[in-house]
Amino acid sequence: MTTDVDLPTAVSQQFPSATPRPSLDCPAFNVPAGDVLAVLQYLRDTQACDFLMDVTAIDWSAEASPRFTVVWHLYSSTKHNYVRVAAACESNVEPAMPSAVVLWAGADWHEREVYDMFGIKFTGHPDLRRILMWDAYPYFPLRKEFPLAGLPAEMSDADINAEIGVGVISAPMAGGPFVATPGEPMSDAEPRAKDEAWNEKKEKPE
Amino acid sequence: MSLFPANSGPTVRAVHDEFHGDLLEVSMGPQHPSTHGVFRMVVTLDGEQIVKLKPVFGYLHRNHEKIAENTSYLSSMPYTDRLDYLCSMTTNWAYALAVEKLSGQAVPDRAQYLRIIMAELTRLVNHSCLVGFLFNDLGTSFTPLLYAFREREKILDLFESLSGSRMMCNYQRFGGCRVDPSPEWLAAASALVDNFPRFLDEYETMLTGNEILLARTQGVGRLAAAHAINAGITGPVLRASGVDYDLRKVDGTGFYPRFEFRVPLGAHGDTYDRYMMRILEMRESVKILQQAFKTLPAGPIMDPKAKLRGFRPKAGEAYGRLESPKGELGFYLISDGSPNPWRYRVRPPSLINLTLLEEMCLGHTIADAVVILGSIDIVLGEVDR
Repeated sequence: MTTDVDLPTAVSQQFPSATPRPSLDCPAFNVPAGDVLAVLQYLRDTQACDFLMDVTAIDWSAEASPRFTVVWHLYSSTKHNYVRVAAACESNVEPAMPSAVVLWAGADWHEREVYDMFGIKFTGHPDLRRILMWDAYPYFPLRKEFPLAGLPAEMSDADINAEIGVGVISAPMAGGPFVATPGEPMSDAEPRAKDEAWNEKKEKPE
Repeated sequence: MSLFPANSGPTVRAVHDEFHGDLLEVSMGPQHPSTHGVFRMVVTLDGEQIVKLKPVFGYLHRNHEKIAENTSYLSSMPYTDRLDYLCSMTTNWAYALAVEKLSGQAVPDRAQYLRIIMAELTRLVNHSCLVGFLFNDLGTSFTPLLYAFREREKILDLFESLSGSRMMCNYQRFGGCRVDPSPEWLAAASALVDNFPRFLDEYETMLTGNEILLARTQGVGRLAAAHAINAGITGPVLRASGVDYDLRKVDGTGFYPRFEFRVPLGAHGDTYDRYMMRILEMRESVKILQQAFKTLPAGPIMDPKAKLRGFRPKAGEAYGRLESPKGELGFYLISDGSPNPWRYRVRPPSLINLTLLEEMCLGHTIADAVVILGSIDIVLGEVDR
């Protein structure tokens, strides 16, 4: 099957709700959350995008609305096209997105990781558990309000907690090299210790 | 609902129903030498046969992405070394590629050649390590591994003399490379590469036709091409299943189109094909390196307009990808115009190649699971991030 129109035109003809998304490399679309599965299925079956390369999410900060965007990267092994599809979650409080596991087995772990890090629920996912953090972990670390130092939490197992008497503690940021702020020179831009998520500016988030 | 296309069923032997009462659950790892790091497999066994396998990981998780989002673009460069700590040169390059896409930074010719030289030397390091460890997993305690490590150390010595560190090279920069190798370094590297096929010949003479290797790997852990594509598997594991996907050819990353090399493909997608894929790729890497040493141009190694301090790419998003020795290593970056990336995402090939581990292992014995895992080639620094 050959199509005369290129992929961006074909997608916008097929799905009027899909709008082009600014991108520095491959074609990209913004799609309403409700149409995501249809668009992904169309790309897989009609446009031969057989690889789901990556699924990830973006937190546009706690004040932004819509706050969460989920991003899929697809690749066609026959046409050698890349395409990026993005969809904003409708709810900022309980973000959700249809699961693509029905289309790609590879979506399984990607979606679990997005759930683990951002708390976005993938509806229809067969086994939506945390993947990197332990199951009882209470926070979503890649959300922007989560501090770099981490937050105190219980250990993965209650008996370990009881035995050692301490849970997970925040990382000591003093002397930590992993922080930088806008500005020059380097001594201001990359101080040795900083965690702007709480400290003197605002209360430590719970 | 079926996850897989019809008529491409996995090659799995039937599990005997009559033993259902005697299933045994074994937790292999995280402290187990065969899991190549802190990786755990919860294996359900029917006798010696695997009926269920659940990978558990995250023990090395340190939220690399969060840390990178809180620091400047350049400060993440040495931290990317720690993702795939066997292949820091390619991890650096993949990150530099993504940032260069984001900022539109040009790279001088000599740096492009140096990047290919470093990437292919890294491929030799990674693949020789892998075949060595694979034999370790097969039970040949240490001799083949040390043969492989002998060669690997020679390359790591070169890396150390160039970048100051054996494994954490921190060598690439946005717009070029950090150090220019001296003529003596290039001569030593070139001599090493010319000698490398002798090691491969020696290794293959001893081991490739070995009866135990053939018996333990042929037909073990088969992965159908359609399943591999469906799961997004990349790299040598995918090519062993016969899918022609190599970013060096497909994308023409950097100056790869200037070099003559072939992309080996497997026919069966079993452990043996995955082993052979590494051997053949090393031979192709040697070819690329020999061409690169012959044609390496003179010139600057950094674009004079490249800005490292106070670097702020304009707002936008880009996904940079590179054929790392393990598969497609991708960095998805979103800039809001500030010195820190707003979103920094690593697509880790090691993690995604593990997706179908259960399917590959089903119906095989627990000893085979160790070998299958070894043939996938994971580094936990990258799986857990």
